[in-house]
Amino acid sequence: MTSWIEIGALDDIPRLGSRVVRTPGGNIAVFRTESDEVFALDDRCPHKGGPLSQGIVHNKRVTCPLHNFVIELASGQAVAPDEGCTHTHPAKVENGVVWLSVRQAAAVS
Amino acid sequence: MLDKVIKQKLVVIGNGMAGIRTVEALLERAPDLYDITVFGSEPYGNYNRILLSPVLAGEKTVDDIMLNTVDWYEDNNITLRKGETISMIDRRTCEVVTDAGDRVPYDRLLIATGSNPIMLPLPGKELPGVIGFRDIYDVDRMIKASTDYRNAVVIGGGLLGLEAANGLMKRGMNVTVVHLLDTLMERQLDPVAGGLLRKSLEERGMVFKMPAQTQAILGEDRVTGVRFGDGTELPADLVVMAVGIRPNFELAKKAGLYCERGIVVSDTMQTYDGRIYAVGECVQHRRQTYGLVAPLFDQAKVCANHLAMKGFATYDGSVTSTKLKVTGIDLFSAGDFAPGPDKEEIVLQDANRGVYKRIILKDKKIVGAVLYGDTIDGPWYFQHLRDGTDVSHMRERLVFGAANLGEGGVSGQNSVAAMSDETEICGCNGVCKGAIVKAISEKKLFTLDDVRAHTKASSSCGSCTGLVEQVLAFTLGGDYSAAPKVKPLCKCTDHSHDDVRRVIVEQQLKTIPAVMRFMEWKTLNGCHSCRPALNYYLLATWPGEYRDDQQSRFINERVHANIQKDGTYSVVPRMWGGVTTPSELRAIADVAEKFNIPTVKVTGGQRIDLLGVKKEDLPAVWADLNDAGMVSGHAYAKGLRTVKTCVGSEWCRFGTQDSTGLGVKLEKFMWGSWTPAKVKLGVSGCPRNCAEATCKDVGVVCVDSGYEIHFAGAAGLHIKGTEFLTKVETEDECLEVIVALTQLYREEGWYLERMYKWCDRVGLEQIRKRVVDDITNRKALFGRFAYSQQFAQTDPWAERASRGVDRNEFAPLAELELA
Repeated sequence: MTSWIEIGALDDIPRLGSRVVRTPGGNIAVFRTESDEVFALDDRCPHKGGPLSQGIVHNKRVTCPLHNFVIELASGQAVAPDEGCTHTHPAKVENGVVWLSVRQAAAVS
Repeated sequence: MLDKVIKQKLVVIGNGMAGIRTVEALLERAPDLYDITVFGSEPYGNYNRILLSPVLAGEKTVDDIMLNTVDWYEDNNITLRKGETISMIDRRTCEVVTDAGDRVPYDRLLIATGSNPIMLPLPGKELPGVIGFRDIYDVDRMIKASTDYRNAVVIGGGLLGLEAANGLMKRGMNVTVVHLLDTLMERQLDPVAGGLLRKSLEERGMVFKMPAQTQAILGEDRVTGVRFGDGTELPADLVVMAVGIRPNFELAKKAGLYCERGIVVSDTMQTYDGRIYAVGECVQHRRQTYGLVAPLFDQAKVCANHLAMKGFATYDGSVTSTKLKVTGIDLFSAGDFAPGPDKEEIVLQDANRGVYKRIILKDKKIVGAVLYGDTIDGPWYFQHLRDGTDVSHMRERLVFGAANLGEGGVSGQNSVAAMSDETEICGCNGVCKGAIVKAISEKKLFTLDDVRAHTKASSSCGSCTGLVEQVLAFTLGGDYSAAPKVKPLCKCTDHSHDDVRRVIVEQQLKTIPAVMRFMEWKTLNGCHSCRPALNYYLLATWPGEYRDDQQSRFINERVHANIQKDGTYSVVPRMWGGVTTPSELRAIADVAEKFNIPTVKVTGGQRIDLLGVKKEDLPAVWADLNDAGMVSGHAYAKGLRTVKTCVGSEWCRFGTQDSTGLGVKLEKFMWGSWTPAKVKLGVSGCPRNCAEATCKDVGVVCVDSGYEIHFAGAAGLHIKGTEFLTKVETEDECLEVIVALTQLYREEGWYLERMYKWCDRVGLEQIRKRVVDDITNRKALFGRFAYSQQFAQTDPWAERASRGVDRNEFAPLAELELA
């Protein structure tokens, strides 16, 4: 069962940028692409735990600010040849409002 | 749904490295554009021909050198017709005809037929036991012969001949090398290096007969010997002809395509028939033919671009380097080393150590290099050769190599071949030699970029790049694909930094998307490498006009603090010239306590660093520091960082000028400016140089009669003393020269290129001419810097602490309390 939570307005996230949603299980980074799609991932790089929300967003990817791991926003997978995966959470935009569904098991700190 | 969109047909003649590399590059760029059919005469997939020598020597197997297995062709929907030879190209009907008479139509045709070994027209050349050295079939025959027979004669003392001889010797044969000239590998070596090589091969048991001309191959049913011009004879059960290769262009010539020594192609790799492309050893480009891998790969890339209809790349020819693939012999040669009246030579010869180095210079640039015994600096010389670096400033130490010039970085290792597998090559990422070698062989890597991507070696600070290139050369036998001489800005484009900067000005491009559109970027929003570079170039080109794109800034410059490994930040307030006051120190102490800042540390640039600040606390921390009169120290910026000073004439009994005052003046004028990479200044009050000014980007050493201005120093990855720029008499003049110098660097430097690298690339004299000698130009540069500063000198902390700029950046979007 998916329970959607309203987390804010799309306009509060910069294009090709990210904002953080705090949860008891750790931060979740919510990304906005150039074409206004949103993606939510645990704010931890699979490499050394860097905060992905602080990275540079390009197309549907983000580069971790610590060691330049590139992560696919849709799947959370590191772009080859790097390996690793970050947990994703369902996110959507409806009428300019961003909704998030936190996958409990995934949110580890 | 439609069954299939009708695709264009691409036919490739030749299943070798050049043809298949082109297909691979094409698939990367336009995976669905063509139906591809590949014809190859050999009954294999694509294999690495340059590694045939190690196969012959028993150091590798045929499986080890396979690049594309039959599965690869299937996975990519390529029809591979191996073992089939094309006998004719029918250009009128656009079809190729196989030797079995099968006709296959094409829309585009790629000829990659490679080359054939030259078989000397000697009597007896068709006898069994006389072979060339070109493919797996030849190697199989040689291996077979080595088990059945004793004596081998190799005709040709070039690269290929010596590798064949070495392989046969390792397989237990008695080998004599016959060479027409008195120098081995005369195309790559001079007589001295050729002599050293001969000596060490003789020590291994190889026999030489040279200079000697072969007159006939003897035998009835099989070769039994060789007769020479002087009438002498040698017994032989196997004769390998390795006198050279000849571009294989019979097919093209028969089809009426214009050929000279090869199939003549344009800079876009097209033949005289626009539908027909050609790459590899069979082509002649700008009067040159190539027999090494690196140029073929360059050609493949350009050809693939055009086949993919992304027609902007051109091939400008390649400079090549060679390394002999005989284990245990270190030999490197690159460029042009024939003596000439306009050339100068630097030679180092140490017979006892078996070391010989010869560097050939022309117009202050390296044009050739021959290294024997110690080849660690081969790639480094080669880099300067390709870049056309002005080396006059390092001429006296040039022959001793990069390490001696401080460019070897901290790891002073030399021969890669002698290293154990556990030797650490990349200190940043902890990658050892064995891991790199394993990745190269298992993942079929050819380029430095490949190795960086797969192993991370040399991907951080880059100071081990030379070593990694050595490991590549060592593993692949030298014929790896070296980095292109004009480096693209990043993988999103083929254009260089210089191209991008020039086009931004010429085309008046004023946004990142405009640049990407005009220059046909290959990716949607670029990447973490090109976006910050473009942002800087636009900012530096259009001050006051370009709107800084925060999302294209690295996080440190976006939040004006330095990210740490745990995601917290460090905060460094500016202390002009390194001078502070009791009230500033009190305010810093208060802030540290109020926000529970765990670490307070003094930096190398005479500042105080507050480490471990939480991101959401940043605006409040800044507000308190602002209240005490402090502003951002830009310790995170590709911009002016710090001006380090000594106390100078105000206090010091040796001080000649007010170095502190001058440092403060420089910092107040220049703070806030963005530069290609960080800029650190130092001002020392006397030649004792307590501010260590002579290893800074710009350093001033005060003397009694004025101010010496030095620049292009470094004391990090590389250690390099500064270059002397000029001496001036007044503080004002000193400021003017330094500002003009910095502006020139701002206008010409490549993003992330430190000032010393820029100076290396552009040349000290060039810079001095424009900053010191040409006073009109100096003033113009100064004026442009001053103009740009009126938009740059706003304290980013104050904007964010009290004026609410980027408020969203520091606060979470939402806080959820989940069950």
